[in-house]
Amino acid sequence: MGDVVASAPTIQKPRRQLDRAVVRFAGDSGDGMQVTGEQFATEAAWAGADMVTLPNFPAEIRAPAGTLFGVSSYQLQFGSRRVYTPGDRLDCLVAMNPAALRVHLGDLKEGGLLIVNTASFEQKNLDRAGYTSNPLDDRALEDRYRVHKMDVTRLTMDALEGLPLNVKEKERCKNFFSLGIVSWIYTRPIEPTLSWIARRFSKNAAIAEANTRAIKAGYHFGETAEIFTECYGIEPAQMPPGLYRSITGNRALAWGILAAAQRTKLPVVYGAYPITPASDILHELSLHKRFGVRTFQAEDEIAAVGAVIGAAFGGAIGICASSGPGMALKAEGMNLAVMAELPIIVFDVQRAGPSTGLPTKTEQADLLMSLYGRNSESPVVVLAPMTPGDCFFIAYEAIRIAVKYMVPVIVLSDGYLASGAEPWLIPDPKTLREIPVAFRTDPQGFFPYVRDEGTLARPWVRPGTPGLEHRIGGLEKQDVTGTVSYDADNHDLMVRLRAEKVRRVAQEIPPTTVNGPAAGDLLVVGWGSTYGTITAAVEELHEEGKAVASIHLRHLNPLPPDLGQILRQYERVLVPEINSGQLVRVLRAEYLVDAVGFNRVRGLPLPTQELRETIEQLLQDKK
Amino acid sequence: MSDPPSVAEVPRKYTKKDFESDQDVRWCPGCGDYAVLSAMQKMMPDLGIPRENVVFVSGIGCSSRFPYYMNTYGFHTIHGRAPAIATGLRLARPDLKVFVVTGDGDGLSIGGNHLLHVLRRNVNVTILLFNNKIYGLTKGQYSPTSEVGKVTKSTPAGSVDRPLSPCAFARGSGATFVARTVDRSVAHMEETLKRAARHTGAAFVEILQNCNVYNDLAWNVIYDRESKILYELRLEHGRPLLFGAVDDRRSLVLDGPTPRVVRAKDVPESALWVHDETDAWKASVLTKLSPPEFPIPIGVLESVQAPVYEDILLEQERKAIAERGPGDMAALLVSGDTWRIG
Repeated sequence: MGDVVASAPTIQKPRRQLDRAVVRFAGDSGDGMQVTGEQFATEAAWAGADMVTLPNFPAEIRAPAGTLFGVSSYQLQFGSRRVYTPGDRLDCLVAMNPAALRVHLGDLKEGGLLIVNTASFEQKNLDRAGYTSNPLDDRALEDRYRVHKMDVTRLTMDALEGLPLNVKEKERCKNFFSLGIVSWIYTRPIEPTLSWIARRFSKNAAIAEANTRAIKAGYHFGETAEIFTECYGIEPAQMPPGLYRSITGNRALAWGILAAAQRTKLPVVYGAYPITPASDILHELSLHKRFGVRTFQAEDEIAAVGAVIGAAFGGAIGICASSGPGMALKAEGMNLAVMAELPIIVFDVQRAGPSTGLPTKTEQADLLMSLYGRNSESPVVVLAPMTPGDCFFIAYEAIRIAVKYMVPVIVLSDGYLASGAEPWLIPDPKTLREIPVAFRTDPQGFFPYVRDEGTLARPWVRPGTPGLEHRIGGLEKQDVTGTVSYDADNHDLMVRLRAEKVRRVAQEIPPTTVNGPAAGDLLVVGWGSTYGTITAAVEELHEEGKAVASIHLRHLNPLPPDLGQILRQYERVLVPEINSGQLVRVLRAEYLVDAVGFNRVRGLPLPTQELRETIEQLLQDKK
Repeated sequence: MSDPPSVAEVPRKYTKKDFESDQDVRWCPGCGDYAVLSAMQKMMPDLGIPRENVVFVSGIGCSSRFPYYMNTYGFHTIHGRAPAIATGLRLARPDLKVFVVTGDGDGLSIGGNHLLHVLRRNVNVTILLFNNKIYGLTKGQYSPTSEVGKVTKSTPAGSVDRPLSPCAFARGSGATFVARTVDRSVAHMEETLKRAARHTGAAFVEILQNCNVYNDLAWNVIYDRESKILYELRLEHGRPLLFGAVDDRRSLVLDGPTPRVVRAKDVPESALWVHDETDAWKASVLTKLSPPEFPIPIGVLESVQAPVYEDILLEQERKAIAERGPGDMAALLVSGDTWRIG
């Protein structure tokens, strides 16, 4: 099959060059759309494209077949230029059933490519999707889109003729037949998928053969069938040279922990209660016992953070992750760590809420909760990664800050970063900053709350150290001695010391990078996963010569020391967020700037086009 | 009983005083907690564990002030969560001897879930539950062990909740060591705490303790000299269950699954119930006995050996390292699908 997997296949049909494309695979939860999308993303990245992905799946594990709420999809944008978002509008939609068509057709561009599996357009599925007649019979569909109706199920069954598998097993390979077609259309090499199949099904030769045949058959079908008149080439993107891999945010968070474990040589206790979309961090870490990571599946969210505090008291790195309502349950434990001044790290993989909300959808609405959502004055450090790959560096930095300052750190990831993937330039772990860990062993002059002058950190003492036996707890502490104190002035002092300690973390923050003019009409300020959307919108406007600048905050508490100065260089400040306006409130309160928000709370990344229009409008208003 | 393997023998000889911290003890005068503290400080030197390797973890409540008064490492944490915090500590530091001090409110109400799971997992911690059948620190509301009809500040018409037996709860949760002792039986308390501390795995001790301010003499049934004779059943491994007046000894027999009180002289000696700490079924019967129909069993109700949670978890870690070497970040980063650009 060398002709198929070669990077420059011998294609007879005309090939048109594109600089980017947005493709979405959609079908039933059981149709394998996630794996199809992941494999297509790997193929795209292999061929040197930059890409960003957006998996989107229902919370139900196996939603009833054919229903609208059971539709699962995987979208990616890939291109020869830098790609920052999964894209708003689709160039190509693969719809495996009527429900998928109904849910996703509205996102397809006029004239876009629509590939439909006709086999599933039977009365039962049409009814479930709410169609009163077969939409494929509607001529209007073909007027608006380039429609390719094909019986993917039958084509797959034919290709698998003679294999020792039952009908159901064969039918399940239809997703890889579609992947083969799309791989041909966008001239992506199927080699990485073939090797994935070999690895994934190494213990089941028949299934491996079936999937291999299905993707190859799909690829050949695209090449030879009369229905496709052209295919598309996308040149490799200009990316920094080096070795790349694909990485999701959750895996990057887990690997950031491993890097810190290896660097500090401290054991890590990772406490977790399963919760979407944070559970994959637990799954990943549980594979890496060799790094000294002890994963503890606790009885509840409270026990998870409790165990982590106990571990930190014992001189280990204590980390937990949660999401949504789980974060609410961690507030009490986090406050103990604030009072006891112990280094714990809490990853919040934000999801749409309140309450159970939309467990599999993304949101950025836990910022104010992280800053203020615990009883009394409870300062903690808050960080936020910008991209899936950045999760690795943020996790490592969170651990570094926590142990250096003896302070709890919250990391605000989200559902989009957690499962989204990007090509990632593999870092050299040796280049990561040192994590200084110095356990106090000297009893001379020791008190539990005597502080380091630079960081205000209290000493970290491992139980087992002779002569340093001491007691700490959640009751207010006497400054320096750490004994229980109800003194009014002492409480006031300790409130201020805890706040000042967190403020001093500002000395760790590098100068803020401004993308665009250093002063002018408009500054766009973002944080977290909106980096892609904001950068895409701003860079498009830069190409048109528009004067707009953007900055992206990775440190949310404390804020970068140069932020106030930067904000004052612009007439207007726009703060796009996937919430109803949280960072914007903080900026207005902290810096007295008349910042305005751009807010969409749809459980999805922000739409680039709408943001761009908003920026243009603000620039227009100025003139 | 052997010492926990993780704890080293020390040449240093401690006295009770070595375990007294410099903090003023702030319990109410006459509180039963003083006796428990004293018994613990007195027993500690016998464990032969270096003081710096001992950690007391507590939650919230009167009993949870305990760590402040022990001159060891200590952590006074949050309401009900001490078992979870102690579990994390053991995962990080299996070389430490960890005690959890809790009460009937802290351990069985707000922290019931954590107590259940630390026992179920058989984490190697020694748990002391002070049972005074009342909320003391919050000034006198009924607790999960208060009797039905208890008139308190929050239940002027009498409480409606049915009480639970801490030892039955512990057994049901899978505790591998379950014992009961009394704050006014100092020698017994010392001996029981020592045995619990030497147990490998989750050891649970219910201490019947007096709150002289909000629930005075709640345990009078075994404080009162006369009543104690009738209702205290001292358990001794290998000895028949006997209680009551010297001239009218009573015993227990099992009538199928049902325990019955009998006059010892009415049954042949061979038919008497002989206490066996390893007998799970009989231990479960003992946890359910209470006055007025039955005596209160005092002593070690059950003691069995079972694998310890953190031992197994750490063995998995050692095995992974032995088989494939320690983790290598650089190698992990380039594992799986990679591609080169430029």
